[in-house]
Amino acid sequence: MSSILKIILQRLGLGLVTLFVVSIVIFVAVNLLPGDFAEAILGQGATPESVAAIRRDLGLDQPLVIRYIDWLKGMLTLDLGTSFAQLNFANFGGAGTTTIAEQIAPRLGNTMFLALVTAAIAVPLAVTLGILAALYRNTAFDKAANMFTLSSISSPEFFMAYVLILFLAMLNPIFPSLSNIYEGMPFDERLEKSMLPALTLTLVVTAHMMRMTRAAIINLLASPYIEMARLKGLSPMRVIVKHALPNALAPIINVIALNLAYLITGVVVVEVVFVYPGIGQLFVDSVKIRDIPVVQACCLIFAAAYILLNLTADILSILSNPRLRHPK
Amino acid sequence: MSGLMWFAIYLAALLIGAYVFRAAGQAATSNTPKFRDMSYGEALGYVLGAGLLLWAVYYYFQPKILDTGVPNAGVIFFRWAVQGFIIAAVAAYLFRLLGRFVGTEATKKLFRSMPLTASFGILVIFIYAFVAIFAGAIAPYGQAEILGAANVMAGGDPALGGNPEYPLGTDQIGRDILSRLIFGAQNTVGIAFVTTCLSFFIGGSLGFLAATLQGWLDQLLSRSVDVLMAIPSLIFALLLMTIASVWAVELGVPLTIFMVLIIAVIDSTRVYRLARAVGLNIVVMDYIEAAKLRGEGLGYLVFKEILPNAMAPLLAEFGLRFCFVFLTIAALSFLGVGIQPPLADWGTMVRDLAPFINFAAFAPTAAVTPLLAAGAIALLTVAVNFVVDWMLHKSSGLKE
Repeated sequence: MSSILKIILQRLGLGLVTLFVVSIVIFVAVNLLPGDFAEAILGQGATPESVAAIRRDLGLDQPLVIRYIDWLKGMLTLDLGTSFAQLNFANFGGAGTTTIAEQIAPRLGNTMFLALVTAAIAVPLAVTLGILAALYRNTAFDKAANMFTLSSISSPEFFMAYVLILFLAMLNPIFPSLSNIYEGMPFDERLEKSMLPALTLTLVVTAHMMRMTRAAIINLLASPYIEMARLKGLSPMRVIVKHALPNALAPIINVIALNLAYLITGVVVVEVVFVYPGIGQLFVDSVKIRDIPVVQACCLIFAAAYILLNLTADILSILSNPRLRHPK
Repeated sequence: MSGLMWFAIYLAALLIGAYVFRAAGQAATSNTPKFRDMSYGEALGYVLGAGLLLWAVYYYFQPKILDTGVPNAGVIFFRWAVQGFIIAAVAAYLFRLLGRFVGTEATKKLFRSMPLTASFGILVIFIYAFVAIFAGAIAPYGQAEILGAANVMAGGDPALGGNPEYPLGTDQIGRDILSRLIFGAQNTVGIAFVTTCLSFFIGGSLGFLAATLQGWLDQLLSRSVDVLMAIPSLIFALLLMTIASVWAVELGVPLTIFMVLIIAVIDSTRVYRLARAVGLNIVVMDYIEAAKLRGEGLGYLVFKEILPNAMAPLLAEFGLRFCFVFLTIAALSFLGVGIQPPLADWGTMVRDLAPFINFAAFAPTAAVTPLLAAGAIALLTVAVNFVVDWMLHKSSGLKE
């Protein structure tokens, strides 16, 4: 037991180190920018005095290392600062500015909701289809499924999104094509509004998970113990579900976690198509207006989620495989 | 409620149908093993497949225009899809037949064992390459040429707001969509191809270098690649594009060049991993030792000894990487930070033409234009994936 704990702690430590280095990369990349935030905030109306004032306010006159430590401290205490857009708003006398943390928090929740709905549809679907494809391998069903999944893996997310809009929103008005979600929306309405983005993401991730499930099971079918189970006279379904599946679980769990990590990037495009108020849309909007603090914060959140999910995949595959648990 | 009831009736019919099908099969063929050992699930699959086929035939022959005079868009799209699928299958079949009789002995042999999907993929890649190279000669108008009429509908029917001179219509500022689609092949595919080549050059040479020299250089490169790969690539690309957009203005260099560099560097990390892994297996070979003893330089070792022997896995990877780069560029352009106007580009076109989809129910042809641009992207990546899938299958010698 202690060896498992040790391995998990090791991985966690490695993950933290990676996250730390990634935060340095993001910070340094942004600070390679010519000019600085002060000029960016003030735009063309910048006078030397006002630039100097803002630089002092934001601590931009400090050396890079100190600014990095400050930024990291802010990130850790969830004090992400204020976006340029909001600062500008304040400069022109706007009242009630919100901080980045306040901007991001509800959107992060929305994105999580979307990812969860997607996972709830995609994971059972993919595993079932994968088992069926392995069971009826090399039949017409398997070939059709193979062609379909290969096509849906390779299509861009927005193609899938518009095809779904065309068929499920325009021609057969089943789901709304705009996901205008607001706070305090009842759950069922929220679910209905986020159905099309979730279905799009499902189409994108199911294919990969299904192919991996099928491959993992088929890989095992040549093993002697499966032969034994067959010779005992078990039905093909029972052989696969009872004997092959438990041993194929490690690669399947791994690929599920990796695909959830993939969802994080896929979500950006899909949120833009459906105008879903998630963190991906905020990110793209901020990229367009070069709102550096928001871009930085979103980037770090995405990277953290990505690293966390990859870490989970790693740990789960170690836990489910005794051979990895006791490395020689 | 009645919808749910119909669903239950269909489901019950399916379940009973499967049982009847199996029993009838057993009775009719005097219990041959095929029907005797058929599981209930398999029978259900056959019945479901037959049901779907029947429904498809029934739906295909529905009238194109409803009694109310409104076009039945679903049927029209379905017919297009079926016709497109049949044409694609026939074209792939003919192309494979052609390949079996024309060409050198080696290519003939290749075509003989090729599945239809792979020959379809090769055919599509050829067509795209042809269109991309000769775009200037094929396209009826220039890519940035602003013509007289804006927002002309697709289809070329004047009664529906079309114009036979512009078969696919014009966009919001009056550029011919067909020409832009054709030039899009040149720009989008061309830029993606250049980016992939660059990423292979960077990733491949660094990977082989790390494999040959090892030591601290290998450690340094591998750890930096680990860090870069810890950031999701689209997110990282978007972050760097934000920064590049400031630099582009400052330096007066087109943003597209920055995009090529950024994506090439991000993607080269994946190539590096593969090149290093393949290279590590090669550098322990005797012929490398011999070359080292001959006193060959590093450049010779990497490009003349390692590269030719690593070609096969790298080629398959090239196809996959190309798809990935192509999709990333399309996504960036779709989000508005990729290939910049006035260059025609499919990702940008999808975003610009997307509102036309709202007319799908009354004017099916109008809704097609954004899907054509998105479909052009999808078709190429699907085609490349079909070919790569076949190549991997062939080289791994898998039979299942």
